[in-house]
Amino acid sequence: MDLQPLWLTFRLATITSVILLIIALPLAYWLAFGKFKGRGIAEAIIGMPLVLPPSVIGFYLLLAFSPSYWFGAYIEKIFGLRLVFSFPGLVIASVLYSLPFMIYPIRAGLQSLPLSLREASYTLGKSEWDTFFKVLLPNCKPAILTAFVLTFAHTVGEFGVVLMIGGNIPGVTKVASVTIYNEVEALNYTAANQYAMVLFAITFVILLIVYSVNNSLLRVRQPS
Amino acid sequence: MEVSFQLPKGHIMALTGPSGAGKTTLLKQIAGLINPETGRISFNSTTWFDSDLNVKLPTQQRNIGFVFQDYALFPNMTVRENLLFALSKGEDQGIVADLLKDTGLTQLSGRKPFQLSGGQQQRVALARALVLKPDLLLLDEPFAALDHIMRHQLQDLLLKFQQRYQFSVIIVTHDIGEIFRLAEQVAVMDNGKLVSFGTPYEVYLNKKTPSGHLIIHAEVLSCQKQNNILHVQALVENKIRELELPVEMEIQLLPGTHFTLQYGTDSPQIGIIKTH
Repeated sequence: MDLQPLWLTFRLATITSVILLIIALPLAYWLAFGKFKGRGIAEAIIGMPLVLPPSVIGFYLLLAFSPSYWFGAYIEKIFGLRLVFSFPGLVIASVLYSLPFMIYPIRAGLQSLPLSLREASYTLGKSEWDTFFKVLLPNCKPAILTAFVLTFAHTVGEFGVVLMIGGNIPGVTKVASVTIYNEVEALNYTAANQYAMVLFAITFVILLIVYSVNNSLLRVRQPS
Repeated sequence: MEVSFQLPKGHIMALTGPSGAGKTTLLKQIAGLINPETGRISFNSTTWFDSDLNVKLPTQQRNIGFVFQDYALFPNMTVRENLLFALSKGEDQGIVADLLKDTGLTQLSGRKPFQLSGGQQQRVALARALVLKPDLLLLDEPFAALDHIMRHQLQDLLLKFQQRYQFSVIIVTHDIGEIFRLAEQVAVMDNGKLVSFGTPYEVYLNKKTPSGHLIIHAEVLSCQKQNNILHVQALVENKIRELELPVEMEIQLLPGTHFTLQYGTDSPQIGIIKTH
């Protein structure tokens, strides 16, 4: 079995999840506590990937990334980077596609904390920044872990978007889900099964670890 | 909300009134956690809030301590870390050790809040609010969830700290006993308005003030007529008391009946409480 698609899949999922975590922390805070007009619009845009068919997102990203259109041309001119049919393009597409999976659990985690924790921190002279990193985030670890794993798993399971903008280039854009599809198309069920089994097993183990860790984190908070 | 009062420096003021009267909102406005629509809040010679001049001093700069009803201890930190959190890096940690000692928490300083009882958590909250040596301490029904003995202990602790550090205090409470024990001033709010302000004696016991009455809620346990007086055994705030009431009230006071007595108003005084 060629391990490259699996390696590529997990590399893509890891990079995507890390980037999204960095983006999602301030965004989730802003959505949870920010006072601004147009909150509905912001939430609708972030939530779009939950309901849109991946092929729709893939199609528009394909157009956007293409050097024939201004965004793709601009990126290529400034950074010398071609996003279409490339790994960086795949990362950007995955980040957009998995955005709600990272933001929503973290936002829910932040909102579930009592308001008095933030207020107590302010009355102790602490800034919003300190309060966020030292009080709020450490107290919603289970939500952050859940968000990270959901994002990771969602990226591993990505198929439509990858196919649209990444194509099928071995070692560059040919991830495990696409490989499985290819093997099935070639009636090579044994190979397809091997890849599928690996994804199946790894995904199960990850979720198992997450729920065990989360349960123990939550148990610690319960008064004895 | 329409509230206006002045609190002399170093005094303890109780803020009371029915639920929804706006007590917590007022406390949070003083703390700067909520901004009033209009008005002015000043402390010593500093203006904290002035809607006309567009002054809004952030909470962080008001040097207040705040004790929350739900304690608001940081669950991720130990008792000691909860107190240390208030200090900036490199600041002298002596005050933390002192406060832990004075609140009897030294032994528990390595525990997380969830490992503590309600009374212990409240002591941590009080100690934490004092780390920065505030000029004004705000307490939102701090002792409401505690039993009688614990409540008294914490009231004594609060008085001890107040006498030592000489900060001003505004405490939201429903407990009239607590008001008399702690407060030099009491402000009674109802429906967003200040309806009475003065010393506890003036507000509750002096008949001349508009809302000057002491209300006692009780439940009848048993009722006996003797020498033309009705001896009523009643449950008042979880304690059995004997009340002597006019015989004519017998018909109203069947066992299980909840009733309210008003003392010290212009309405006739209808009974005396004998404490056992």
